[in-house]
Amino acid sequence: MEIGQLVFAATGLVVLGSAVVVVTTRNLVHAALWLVVTLFGVAALYAILDAGFLAIVQVVIYIGAIAILFIFAVMLTRKELRDQGAQLNRGWWLGALVAVLTFAGLALMVRGWSGFSTLPKAIPAGFDAVGALGNALVAPDAFVLPFEVASVLLLAALIGAVYIAFTRK
Amino acid sequence: MNLWNDPIGLIAGWLNGLLATWGLPAWLASLVVQLIGVVVLVSVMMVVDILLVWVERKVVARFQDRLGPNRLGPFGLIQPFADIIKLLIKENITPIGADLVVYNLAPIMSLMAVLLLWAIVPLAPTIFGVDLNVGALYIIAAGAIGTLSIIMAGWASNNKYALIGAFRQVAVLVSFEVPMIATLLIPTILASSMGMNAIIQGQRVWYVLLAPMAAIIFIVAAIAELGRAPFDLNEAESEIVAGFHIEYTGMKFGLFYAGELLHAFTFGGFWAILFFGGYRFFGLEQLGPLVAAAILMAKALFGYWVIMWVRYTVMRVRIDHMLAFNWKFLTPLAFALLMLTAIVHTLLRGSPEFVYVAGMLLMNAVVAAIVAEILRGFGRRLRARADQPGRAAAPGN
Repeated sequence: MEIGQLVFAATGLVVLGSAVVVVTTRNLVHAALWLVVTLFGVAALYAILDAGFLAIVQVVIYIGAIAILFIFAVMLTRKELRDQGAQLNRGWWLGALVAVLTFAGLALMVRGWSGFSTLPKAIPAGFDAVGALGNALVAPDAFVLPFEVASVLLLAALIGAVYIAFTRK
Repeated sequence: MNLWNDPIGLIAGWLNGLLATWGLPAWLASLVVQLIGVVVLVSVMMVVDILLVWVERKVVARFQDRLGPNRLGPFGLIQPFADIIKLLIKENITPIGADLVVYNLAPIMSLMAVLLLWAIVPLAPTIFGVDLNVGALYIIAAGAIGTLSIIMAGWASNNKYALIGAFRQVAVLVSFEVPMIATLLIPTILASSMGMNAIIQGQRVWYVLLAPMAAIIFIVAAIAELGRAPFDLNEAESEIVAGFHIEYTGMKFGLFYAGELLHAFTFGGFWAILFFGGYRFFGLEQLGPLVAAAILMAKALFGYWVIMWVRYTVMRVRIDHMLAFNWKFLTPLAFALLMLTAIVHTLLRGSPEFVYVAGMLLMNAVVAAIVAEILRGFGRRLRARADQPGRAAAPGN
């Protein structure tokens, strides 16, 4: 086993383990904090894949904004931060079935994929990944249309939020 | 003179060779050497941190027309060490109902978020942790961990003042992040890179001359991020006693305190790196990496002094004023500057340096004049409203 694989396996275990705790813990703030661990693990996975920009953005957006928003929402909306009652409802087997089927389907699909046995190509020295990503986002023959559509969507959400929160004097 | 020109590289190479002769595989040897590097960097920064306590107390004493620590050692230099011993032997109190793990993790994460920032600080052209190509964003990412530590401390303390302090601090951090990101992008545009080393290399002319407004906005946003006066609503002694660290005693409080001081010094350093040429000082940095590191440290101390100067001069701002100041003034201004800088940079890219600098300065001067005019009109309206009989002034709207 190579060192890279070892690091990947450890990170994957952290991500999966903390994700399980997120849904099993009864303390909602703890759940949010474990979610932070999960998201951090995902950022580490990006870093292992040499996607430094995505790793940093993952931390800035998911931990810096979304996880903190979660904690806020939990603190502001719940008086009791401990979840009472059963954690499973009657339809639990349906959810489990769908999850198992999805996993089986994905496993079947990627079974014949050659990517498992090939090593990643080394990134050439001096390759500017951030610059390439930036160019791809605004190049007409690459992703400029999805990028602009996403921008318009976010702008609409922003205006909507302002409209809802706005109080007329 | 290789030791003088590349001390870190030489020592690392020697250690690598030593470990290799002990029979360690190459990857393990380099891992051990890198770990030693991290430990050395962190230790140096913690020692600097101890001295910062002394610097801060001496400077605040000068601002308040007193002497400051002067009993222990020459100029009171031993005072911070005595303070540390005191903090270490104090009783450790954990409040009833505190969430033990989160409560104890928060101070560690608070200091960690600051130390993480030093990974990307280039002390000299050859002395740096990593030259990350997304350095500017990394500053924000490390700040996110700091925000998280404050929310953890506030919630786990099981104290309403701590929670109020944490809420306030997070509101401030999340909103002042926006102008900070916008101003971080301005040196990025000027240097065509987010890497700290590239930004310093690009500063043949210090960026403070090309983007003086951005430099001012950055330091204001940095002070707000630090939670220091005039933006110290998170601790506001007169309202919520001490905010998020009210329940922490001994060295746990010490970690928060040390983190805050080192954070201020670190942002002074980033101010120097982004706008004041980092380790560059009229060619003096070419004497050697140690001279360059000393230059950067001196500039960081200057930034730290500016932050202290503001802290001990300006009074605390009310939270609604502060958020209005951020969202209605700093954020639009920062984005306008970002767009104008990008446009002027593109227009003048090929022109001689003198024209380029003059154009950038002129753009900043015009923006500053417009801002001053808008602020004057705003002040007039407030005064007119206050002068109306039977109506109190409603500032901040």
